[in-house]
Amino acid sequence: MCAAVSVLTTLGIVVVLLSQARGFFQEVSLVEFFTDTRWTPLFEQKHYGILPLVSGTMLVAAGSALVALPVGLCTAIYLSEYAAPRFREVVKPVLEILAGIPSVVYGFVAVVFISPIIREIFPSADVFNAASASLVVGVMILPMVISLSEDVLGSVPQALREASCALGASQFETIVRVVVPAALSGIVASFLLAVSRAIGETMAVTLAAGATPNLTLNPLESIQTMTAYIAQVSMGETEHGSTGYNSIFAVGISLFVITLLMNLLSQWVLSRMREKYE
Amino acid sequence: MSEQSAVRRQRRKRLAARSFEWLCLTATFLCIIVLAALLSGIIYRGAGWLSIEFLTNGPSRFPDQSGVKAALIGSVWLIGLTALISVPLGTGAAIYLEEYARPGILRQFIQTNVSNLAGVPSIVYGILGLGLFVRTLAIGDTVLAGALTMSLLILPVVIVAAQEALRAVPDSIRHASLALGATRWQTIQHQVLPAALPGISTGTILALSRALGEAAPLIAVGALAFVSRYPLGPMDKYTVLPIQIFNWTGKPQHDFQNVAAAGIIVLLGVLLCMNALAVFIRYRYGKQIRW
Amino acid sequence: MTDHHPNAPLELTRATSNGPLAEQVQAPEDLDRHDGNVAAPAVERGQASMITVSDLSFYYGAVQALTDVSMRIPPRNVTALIGPSGCGKSTFLRCINRMNDLIEESRVEGSIHIEGQDIYSPQTDVVELRKRVGMVFQKSNPFPKSIFDNVAYGPRVAGIRSRTALEEIVESSLFQAALWDEVKDRLDASALKLSGGQQQRLCIARALATGPEVLLMDEPASALDPASTARIEDLVSELKEHYTIVIVTHNMHQAARVSDQTAFFFEGRLFEMSETAELFTNPKQKKTEDYIGGRFG
Repeated sequence: MCAAVSVLTTLGIVVVLLSQARGFFQEVSLVEFFTDTRWTPLFEQKHYGILPLVSGTMLVAAGSALVALPVGLCTAIYLSEYAAPRFREVVKPVLEILAGIPSVVYGFVAVVFISPIIREIFPSADVFNAASASLVVGVMILPMVISLSEDVLGSVPQALREASCALGASQFETIVRVVVPAALSGIVASFLLAVSRAIGETMAVTLAAGATPNLTLNPLESIQTMTAYIAQVSMGETEHGSTGYNSIFAVGISLFVITLLMNLLSQWVLSRMREKYE
Repeated sequence: MSEQSAVRRQRRKRLAARSFEWLCLTATFLCIIVLAALLSGIIYRGAGWLSIEFLTNGPSRFPDQSGVKAALIGSVWLIGLTALISVPLGTGAAIYLEEYARPGILRQFIQTNVSNLAGVPSIVYGILGLGLFVRTLAIGDTVLAGALTMSLLILPVVIVAAQEALRAVPDSIRHASLALGATRWQTIQHQVLPAALPGISTGTILALSRALGEAAPLIAVGALAFVSRYPLGPMDKYTVLPIQIFNWTGKPQHDFQNVAAAGIIVLLGVLLCMNALAVFIRYRYGKQIRW
Repeated sequence: MTDHHPNAPLELTRATSNGPLAEQVQAPEDLDRHDGNVAAPAVERGQASMITVSDLSFYYGAVQALTDVSMRIPPRNVTALIGPSGCGKSTFLRCINRMNDLIEESRVEGSIHIEGQDIYSPQTDVVELRKRVGMVFQKSNPFPKSIFDNVAYGPRVAGIRSRTALEEIVESSLFQAALWDEVKDRLDASALKLSGGQQQRLCIARALATGPEVLLMDEPASALDPASTARIEDLVSELKEHYTIVIVTHNMHQAARVSDQTAFFFEGRLFEMSETAELFTNPKQKKTEDYIGGRFG
């Protein structure tokens, strides 16, 4: 009945993406798609190598992880292990607001506030750069890291904390040697989910990271992510049915597969951890 | 171990413990500071540009004549249609999963499916909508196509929220009704749904507020067109608030950034109202829901 | 043994202070003057007390869980705490190594001295205290680490890094806990793979590894099958050669089997305490008799 809709949606995603991408792969070989280091479907000289888009995506994802994971984990530890209940009551809504801010707002913040600061510090940076996008995407996924990690830390049995205390360990030793290691797989799962979210993020990176497919590891350069490419082509005037147009479905299906794998992996890690304590 | 080195070790350990707690506290405060900086920065840039005209003007080439009227009305249309499509579907799916489906492989499969759909990047829904609604079904880049796409996007969220609300209804109510000779459907219709309604509406409002802020899928289904008119029917062209903001932010003129900030204030204001409504319903009816 | 007078506490306190080690014990003069509070019989016979509890009251927020408990526990001896659920015996146990500190808005009045040191004085290092007072919990709670790492946890936290030293401690602790032979070939296996009874003995080994003098056991066998329970009880009898053991138990037969003296708790008060055989055969209080007779609880 109605539940069929969800299954149909998944099916629809796969079927639509595949059928549209088929046109693309009739003209571009899989070998070229995965190995060419240039992505210039909209230029005279066309190249269809997805690597620059993937590297751009990963650069932003890695940068945002660098921001969100340490800060998120520390905050989760504070909220779960140290904070008084009343303090937690104050911080939780703040995080919910942070989580509820639309991504286009983060894009605005990156362009208007962050990028000028970065260019002040590093004059060589491009106007649109991966660093400013990474920073805001990091803030975007922060609430997710915090709430998931905090859940996981909270699910570590109180008995383990007591056992550690009773053996003469301080609270710090208990956290570092017992609680965090016991929760580690769950924390990793929450990291995976958050990074997968960063990979799929569109508006902020479209605005802030630029539109230059660029095989680079330099966060100060302008790059383009897979999502931003899809956004760019679908709002442009590219002729429907052309290879350039069809390429967004090829990129889309790559994106779908990457994020799906990460989500499945994180669910698997989580379910294994749950088994351990039941 | 000598006495002295033991004392030194103790002190070092205590210092490490203290620094770690401070580090964690600092991280927590960082989150709060970031939010405060973000909001105050936006208000600083945009507050001066808010006016009655800003709400009643359409888009313009000139920053000081730009307004959000078309985008605001477009958003209302989009959210309204999305609600009409996703609420019945989502609630229906949840009823099926909670009240009818037997635990087993099929239900497990659907459940996994739902939770995975929630993790699919929104832009992917956008090109799904582009391929399916705009092209294959030839609906074109209209409000309806946007709403259909949005519905697919928020459906997993609505389903999960409705499932939790249904699960919160105690079994005793179901048993009482069934024992009086009511059919399963009558039980759901007259007892379970009314009891779960506050929970379902809270979850739905929150899902819709997510749709309100979402722009990526709408870019793909063609909401970006420079529309000065607002839609009058589901088959009209449209734009929405986040896309209007996106547009303004991308413009080179400095003043348009301020206009974008003003637009963000309007968007956040609307979101705040929707969230307040959700919180109100939750408190009013005393149903606890996790979100 | 025959000439003790459980109902004459005042006199007995004086007798105690004649003991050779008694100067260390800074017990208040009027320790045993409270109704229903009695010193352990072994202490009465002139032995020094290892743990001296004076007028201990404990509150969870506004709820009073313990009221004016006074007790003396002699060294190298097993003391059983019995009583119906919610009588405060576990709370009392957790006061002895200050585990109750972890509970927010809890409050302690009165004092507990271990070998003369006031454990609730501000100078007391809680971490140091817990190394001296080991604890075994109701449900076995091994860390999700290897067997070796579980036992080595306490010594490592205490700063011992040398592998050989750790190996020695792990072996002797596991040996004392009667687990060595079963696990010596798989010390690197996960502790969670052990059976319930083995896990509980591992937790005992883990507690012994910090070199405690006192061992607190909170219903250590309540979640185990009879065979594992018997092993734990045997173990308790062996361990009292070296350790002062305080054990909370629901099971009166267990108390009768393993303990030298028994304390009966009811509604947050210590009702009666005497030698185990005496308490079970000839209880002085009606309530104790009713509880032992199975009339409530």
